[in-house]
Amino acid sequence: MAKITFIQPDGTEQTVEIQAGWSVMEGAVRANVPGIDADCGGACACATCHVQVEGEWAGKLPAKSEMEETMLDFAIQPKPTSRLSCQLRVTSELDGLRVRVPPSQH
Amino acid sequence: MAEHFVIIGAGQAGVQAVQSLRAEGFQGRLTLVGDEAYPPYQRPPLSKAYLLGAFARERLFLKSEAFYREAGCDLLLNTRATAIDRAAKSVTLGDGRTLAYDKLLLATGTRVRTLKCPGADLDGLHYLRGIADVDGLQAGFKAGARIAIVGGGYIGLEVAAVGAKRGLDVTVFETADRLMPRSVSKPLSDFYAAEHAKAGVTLKLDTLVEGFDGKGKVEAVKAGGVAYPADLVLVGIGVVPNDDLAATAGLACSDGIVVDRTAMTSDPAIFAAGDCTRHHGRDGAEIRLECVQNAIDQAKHAVLAMLGTPKTYSEVPWFWSDQYDLKLQIAGLARPADTVAVRGEVSSRKFAVFHLRDGMVAAVEAINAAPEYMIGKKLIAANARIAPERLADLSIPMKSFG
Repeated sequence: MAKITFIQPDGTEQTVEIQAGWSVMEGAVRANVPGIDADCGGACACATCHVQVEGEWAGKLPAKSEMEETMLDFAIQPKPTSRLSCQLRVTSELDGLRVRVPPSQH
Repeated sequence: MAEHFVIIGAGQAGVQAVQSLRAEGFQGRLTLVGDEAYPPYQRPPLSKAYLLGAFARERLFLKSEAFYREAGCDLLLNTRATAIDRAAKSVTLGDGRTLAYDKLLLATGTRVRTLKCPGADLDGLHYLRGIADVDGLQAGFKAGARIAIVGGGYIGLEVAAVGAKRGLDVTVFETADRLMPRSVSKPLSDFYAAEHAKAGVTLKLDTLVEGFDGKGKVEAVKAGGVAYPADLVLVGIGVVPNDDLAATAGLACSDGIVVDRTAMTSDPAIFAAGDCTRHHGRDGAEIRLECVQNAIDQAKHAVLAMLGTPKTYSEVPWFWSDQYDLKLQIAGLARPADTVAVRGEVSSRKFAVFHLRDGMVAAVEAINAAPEYMIGKKLIAANARIAPERLADLSIPMKSFG
């Protein structure tokens, strides 16, 4: 279990408890976090669950796979701190993670 | 009185419509009717991670229970819609109740095409469309079991890949001379045939299954005059649209519920979205798509039309399939007469096949090649003209095309 905070473009924050083993995307979708579209359901096939990781978290997360890296290149306005939330597996180490939701996924 | 919108079909398109209706500000009553026991769930993982056992059932559900509560949506499960009375604007449900509607959305999806050959009613013969189907298949899906798969399409091959991984003895029967003949081009068919053979899957192409033998339970598959012993059978020979409800109500249907570019049926109070629709593709051809993308995008368009602000639907369709460690991503619809450009070495297991029509990029099939897929999708949407030899030239970075 980890508490993960999603920050909307207008600054609104929503903290969601997500089970270990699930992806950050799954937790967000289940909690109805706006802006995480995840059209493909987590198959790393659509780049519509893009988030930007806040602060020092970017360096603490597991490395991106080559597939995630390339898909992110084509997300809307990717940044160095961008991740696909479907590829972020939740562990207790992610407790406190804060991510920003981009204004649009399409 | 508040308007009442009724959605028949609790799948990907149905739940998208609920979400989009509320996001677009619809304040009226909302009812979602589904004939399965489960709230809307993802079907793509069923033949992949869920069958493999790597994905718990609760992860399949598209939304939490709270979502329907917060959206003020009445979710009627285990409930079949049996008739539409267009004059009275009401839907009759299996339990005899009727629901009056102001606008109706049909998101009824598809059902599996079934075999009619001798022995097709034996135990041990499975189809795969819903959670209950996979749970039924799972019981005999054990290492060492001999599984015969009828149909070398997405479903059959994804099950074959999972079966091989789990140690089953897998044989795939396909009537065409190549795999996935309806979905991919020949270079990909040949590539996947080699990958499945490498994983130990036996492929019987050009082979028509004539029937099944067994006493109560299936024991053998008869094909090409030969009896192949089998402990279980998975049939994946395509789906048919659930358009009977619409057809009986007098709506225009033709292998699918006919809708215009705004997702409206021949009745201006009734809309349809997802696998069940026949609609015009980007090039004007009549198509019926079986994919998540169409369920989501057409549902969004149906919602806009239901709210009186229609928008023309002309999105590029996209598809994916996971078999072994191969991610297949497809955008657009390829046609046999297209000019083909292969980018990358097939032997590298990372390549893409571009399809050009009238000089424009019409489709891309990418294997483990996300840039080709993502940029390809943009090029298709833009009707971009690029010479095939340039697309095939790996020294030109994909990004320079987009």
